[in-house]
Amino acid sequence: MMKNQMGMTRRGLLGGAAGITAAGLILPRMALAQDGPKRGGTLKIGHSGGATSDTIDPATYAAGPVVTAMLAVCNNLVEIDAEGAAVPELAESFEADAEARIWTFRLRGDATFADGRRVTAADVIASFNHHRGEDTKSGAKGSLAQVKDIRADGDGVVVFELTSGNADFAYLTSDYHFVIMPAKADGTLDWQSGMGTGGYVLENFEPGVRIVLKRRDDYWKKDRAWFDTAELLTINDPTARQNALMTGEVDVINSPDLATLHLLERRPGLKLVEVTGTAHYTMPMFCDTAPFTDVNVRLALKHAINRQEVLDKVLRGHGQIANDSPIAPANRFYAADLPQNSYDPDKARHYLKQAGMEGLKLEISAADAASVGALDMVQLFQQSAAAAGIELSVKREPDDGYWSNVWLKKPFCVSYWNGRPTEDDMFSLVYAKGAEWNEAHWDNARFNELLLSARAELDTALRAEMYHEMQGIVSQDGGTIIPIFVNYIDVVKDTVAHGKVASNRFLDGWKAVERWWQA
Amino acid sequence: MRGSTPANPIQKMILGRLGIGIFTLFVISIIIFLAISLLPGDIAEQVLGQSATPETVAAFRRELGLDQPLAARYLDWIAGVVRGDFGQSLANGRPVADLLGARLGNTLFLAAYAAVISVPLAVLLGLLAALWRGGWFDRIANVTTLTAISFPEFFVAYILMFWLSVRMGWLPSIADPGAAPDLGERLIRTFLPAVTLVLVVTAHMMRMTRAAVVNVLGAPYITMARLKGASRWRIITRHALPNALAPIINVIALNIAWLITGVVIVEVVFVYPGLGQLMVDSVSNRDMPVVQACALIFAAVYILLNLLADVLAIATNPRLLHPR
Repeated sequence: MMKNQMGMTRRGLLGGAAGITAAGLILPRMALAQDGPKRGGTLKIGHSGGATSDTIDPATYAAGPVVTAMLAVCNNLVEIDAEGAAVPELAESFEADAEARIWTFRLRGDATFADGRRVTAADVIASFNHHRGEDTKSGAKGSLAQVKDIRADGDGVVVFELTSGNADFAYLTSDYHFVIMPAKADGTLDWQSGMGTGGYVLENFEPGVRIVLKRRDDYWKKDRAWFDTAELLTINDPTARQNALMTGEVDVINSPDLATLHLLERRPGLKLVEVTGTAHYTMPMFCDTAPFTDVNVRLALKHAINRQEVLDKVLRGHGQIANDSPIAPANRFYAADLPQNSYDPDKARHYLKQAGMEGLKLEISAADAASVGALDMVQLFQQSAAAAGIELSVKREPDDGYWSNVWLKKPFCVSYWNGRPTEDDMFSLVYAKGAEWNEAHWDNARFNELLLSARAELDTALRAEMYHEMQGIVSQDGGTIIPIFVNYIDVVKDTVAHGKVASNRFLDGWKAVERWWQA
Repeated sequence: MRGSTPANPIQKMILGRLGIGIFTLFVISIIIFLAISLLPGDIAEQVLGQSATPETVAAFRRELGLDQPLAARYLDWIAGVVRGDFGQSLANGRPVADLLGARLGNTLFLAAYAAVISVPLAVLLGLLAALWRGGWFDRIANVTTLTAISFPEFFVAYILMFWLSVRMGWLPSIADPGAAPDLGERLIRTFLPAVTLVLVVTAHMMRMTRAAVVNVLGAPYITMARLKGASRWRIITRHALPNALAPIINVIALNIAWLITGVVIVEVVFVYPGLGQLMVDSVSNRDMPVVQACALIFAAVYILLNLLADVLAIATNPRLLHPR
């Protein structure tokens, strides 16, 4: 079995770092599981974030139980492992040309949909085209703007042609929007079937109530999908979620209430699964709007927020201090050695003086719709900024429509990002010049130049160097205050076992159903 | 009740009230439609959230026909309703009738469960309190029920859940009966939410029963009954209660209507898939057809229960048919 796993996972890896980290991955997983995973049992998850409006259409997934379920029902071309590396999933192998512009994915021959049909290039193309083109309503449309053409090369090979080189394109295909579902005869996606190539089939889907998954015996991965059934209950009330775990109604919950987490932790039979991923709170300032046009003002504000206090009081310590750069310790090219922007009222005053704006008055728009505790955060900011002579007033915005009416509209507001597994994806989406979601209207020539060259660079050492410099630029010149990274926390009964968990989302990178097993 | 003559006016009244009720529903549907369109953001922006871009929002609206003018969308919807087609959820394309079906059943089940416990309990407590008015029972019953109603529902729910479920482990903390429940399982699972609701609604009905009964106890025919030697319990149940029924029935009807339409917090705390949660989700997503269907059901519940209360009140007191 071990041999089988190693052979399968290693086959056809992209050269370089991905290959090395991926080969190392299986060993710790096996080592942690002393008895080895065993088949059987039911996994019950008390999940936050479900609503009666949930749909299984990958274009408009809401980030809740549907995604956890659909990542057990479907596979992607590539998945992110516990080390944060992209490893082949439905693609048996993938490779790029020398410019990283033409990407070729070879599909597995043994993966079938739940109705027994083998997955072909047409299905993959339909799954991606669902998020492209004029009429798509997909939230992932922006990520695929770089794709010029997708074509089949026979039944088992899909070729992506990009507008310019992107060494990280394989990572992108692991996004939960890009699950592979069957194509209809006319080339559109048959998402209504709810069918995938994964280890489970959708047995019952009651939006906002429950999703029941049943194991498939003919799943192509032999070392995954251990539970016979999985039930995902939507429990949006944090207290109810915790009570459900304590009374044994569910085995796992995500997003526990941080205020009472220390009490929950004390209960016997429960354990915390906590990872620092790439999720972060941000406060973008429009760099083309006064007073934020002056970098000194931006630096003053970056030194006027007490990050430690925000971490302690808003997240109760369940996170990490960030350095105004969206690249997290979980990312491959994280620059840990950059000088840290920290709370220093004198320094903030100094920068304000440089800008000639002592006694600066500002307004920040905030709502808890942006992130849990966003209002608390800006209130703490208000206090710490006052000590630096900045008069910050908080404008409380309605939760409804926050992302449409406030974010990207108001010059100074709060925002939130789950982050991306790759530096390029994160920077291109939010920090590149002219990007749709460039929430700070930031435009730095050197940064934009580096972004393009790093994207097409296949030499890992060179890329590391470039991303290091870019993180420094964002941290010092950028228009976004990023005070903290927030942890993903699940609470799990000790009847459930798992290997090292991935850090790219909660519940083991949203793949707990497929990866975990009964202890 | 007495001969055939009053039957016709009652029928007339029922028909008249039903007609007004349908007109009311129509007006409500227009108000809801306008109110939702006044809220910031539409379904495209709500569903796409942070990942919305102008193009994807436009594509979303095009697909759902949201680029049509307001009046056209309303006429389109109402034309479907007249034909008995409530349309599809804008958010996930499911037929509204399917979404509502199971949830309406759940809501009615929980409301009936709570009503079956609370109505007899409240009336009995009210009668006993009237019987021993001013005594210790009266005071304890008043204080207890008023205390229960004064706490917010979620607090009562959490306390019950904490003691009976988390501490004692007697009852499940989640009320969702699963995909295919049997009756026994359902009754156990929904016991805590039902008790929560009972605690919330009992005080109102009990105090109305007590007040209405006490009110008629001063009447001369009660003195007459006492003089002829009837027992106090018999006086209250046979002589006072029938004459005090009309206001009691009205309060019971209002409370049952609340049990059907107003229990969203209890649904959330106990994870019970009822109509309230559906409506709240749909409002926050601006999912017009679902909101409309829920609103119409809720409005119809109020209209029908009020009508039923009036009919019953008239049946107990035909004088009410001829208002002065």
